[in-house]
Amino acid sequence: MPSNDHSFKRYDQELEEIRTRVLQMGGLVELQIHDAIKALSEFDLIEMERVDKNDHRINADEVEIDQTCALIIARRQPTAVDLRMLMGISKIVTDLERCGDKAALIARKGKVIFAEGKMRIPCLADIREAGEMAVGLLRTALNAFARQDAVAAAAIVRDDLEIDRKFQGITRQLITFIMEDPRMISISFEVMFIAKAVERIGDHAKNIAEQIIYITRGTDVRHVAFDQLEREAQGADEIE
Amino acid sequence: MQESTPLPIAVGGNKNDDHPPAELKTQIAFRNFDFYYGMFHALKNINLDIYHSHVTAFIGPSGCGKSTLLRAINRMYDLYPDQRAEGELLLDGENVLDKGIDINHLRARVGMVFQKPTPFPMAIYDNIAFGVNLQERLSRTEMDDRVEWALRKAALWDEVKGILKQSGMSLSGGQQQRLCIARGIAVKPEVLLLDEPTSALDPISTMRIEELISELKQEFTIVIVTHNMQQAARISDYTAYMYLGEMIEYGVTDQIFIKPQKKATEDYITGRFG
Repeated sequence: MPSNDHSFKRYDQELEEIRTRVLQMGGLVELQIHDAIKALSEFDLIEMERVDKNDHRINADEVEIDQTCALIIARRQPTAVDLRMLMGISKIVTDLERCGDKAALIARKGKVIFAEGKMRIPCLADIREAGEMAVGLLRTALNAFARQDAVAAAAIVRDDLEIDRKFQGITRQLITFIMEDPRMISISFEVMFIAKAVERIGDHAKNIAEQIIYITRGTDVRHVAFDQLEREAQGADEIE
Repeated sequence: MQESTPLPIAVGGNKNDDHPPAELKTQIAFRNFDFYYGMFHALKNINLDIYHSHVTAFIGPSGCGKSTLLRAINRMYDLYPDQRAEGELLLDGENVLDKGIDINHLRARVGMVFQKPTPFPMAIYDNIAFGVNLQERLSRTEMDDRVEWALRKAALWDEVKGILKQSGMSLSGGQQQRLCIARGIAVKPEVLLLDEPTSALDPISTMRIEELISELKQEFTIVIVTHNMQQAARISDYTAYMYLGEMIEYGVTDQIFIKPQKKATEDYITGRFG
């Protein structure tokens, strides 16, 4: 980030405010995912209800931050790093909102499982572990955004592969449960949705990380090989 | 700090495209170019290629030398005895700084439009015909055709075709500026220099001039100096950022405005210039 300020102080404030709003929204999303996984582990129906109901706050944040982005673009005609920041934020809030949806989905699926009176969830320990990893990735992504740290962002892309592997492991286990006992089919599907939601949160954290690299380095690293992404993040052609 | 080399990327061409970019032809080339106002060293070792049929914008804070660089191209500085240029300034490979160059011919090849509209105090028709008469001998019909051609090119014909005998001074500011552009292109130059052509105009007239520039670049090489960075971003293919007489960064406009290579350029275009 450029250390010196704009000639327009108000412009600086506007950019600072929107960055803070993204971090606040991210904090809320992180908490929602954490609470959803915890409620699932502790069979806490009330908490699941609360997480599901709370999702509208994240949706409202997304709309508000996007509107603010549009307003700053219209008012200031940003260029270079400022433009990339606003474009990046607009994409990051979409990913954060989807993460929020996943938290609400985990809570809803938990409610369905308990409504059917099932108090034993297959692969729960693995799901909790993958969920903690996903929350950890999201937290790292938000920290990298706050510090505009492209190298930390690149590490997220690598770590997301671990969640993907975890998801594949859960899928394999669920298949064995289904094969052993057809009565497990229904609950296994619900658990599969939850596992998939956790895996998608990891993907969204990865998308956010790619946007952070775009904002700081100016290179679009979506759909590129990991080693190239890492090179870009380390600033192969850093600004002089 | 100074660095400028011919650019490998043609506008519209992408490094990742399968098709190679269209061939770029250098029309104007500055080579180790220096400029002095008396003792003051105003432009320092400028190396720059300006491409045929493209719009190149010079941006930078006041006093950075962008207008000086523009005005060197048709040797406007010749009018002032204490100003001098060194190095090479090649127009189609020919050094226009050479003593033997015919200045009138050079200025016919390189037209210029200034910040404030400067129509001659004569009829609209004569404003256009005046310059053509100095360069060519045309019959009355040929001249009529040329005047109409220039006014059409400058997107002014429909507004003035019924009042060609009226004074050019009677037009609005935006119309006067388009008249000046028509006058500039009537002699069929190769290059058109625009020195902040819209800074005295309202937004609608500015938009018309910008549209016109995009049209004209099909036929003319256009070099524009502008203080309006959004204008440079909108209409130019290449942008040069200058500061204190040096060329800080020169590149494809889209690149300069999204990912400049130099911190100094980024600070200027994002408004962090203190």
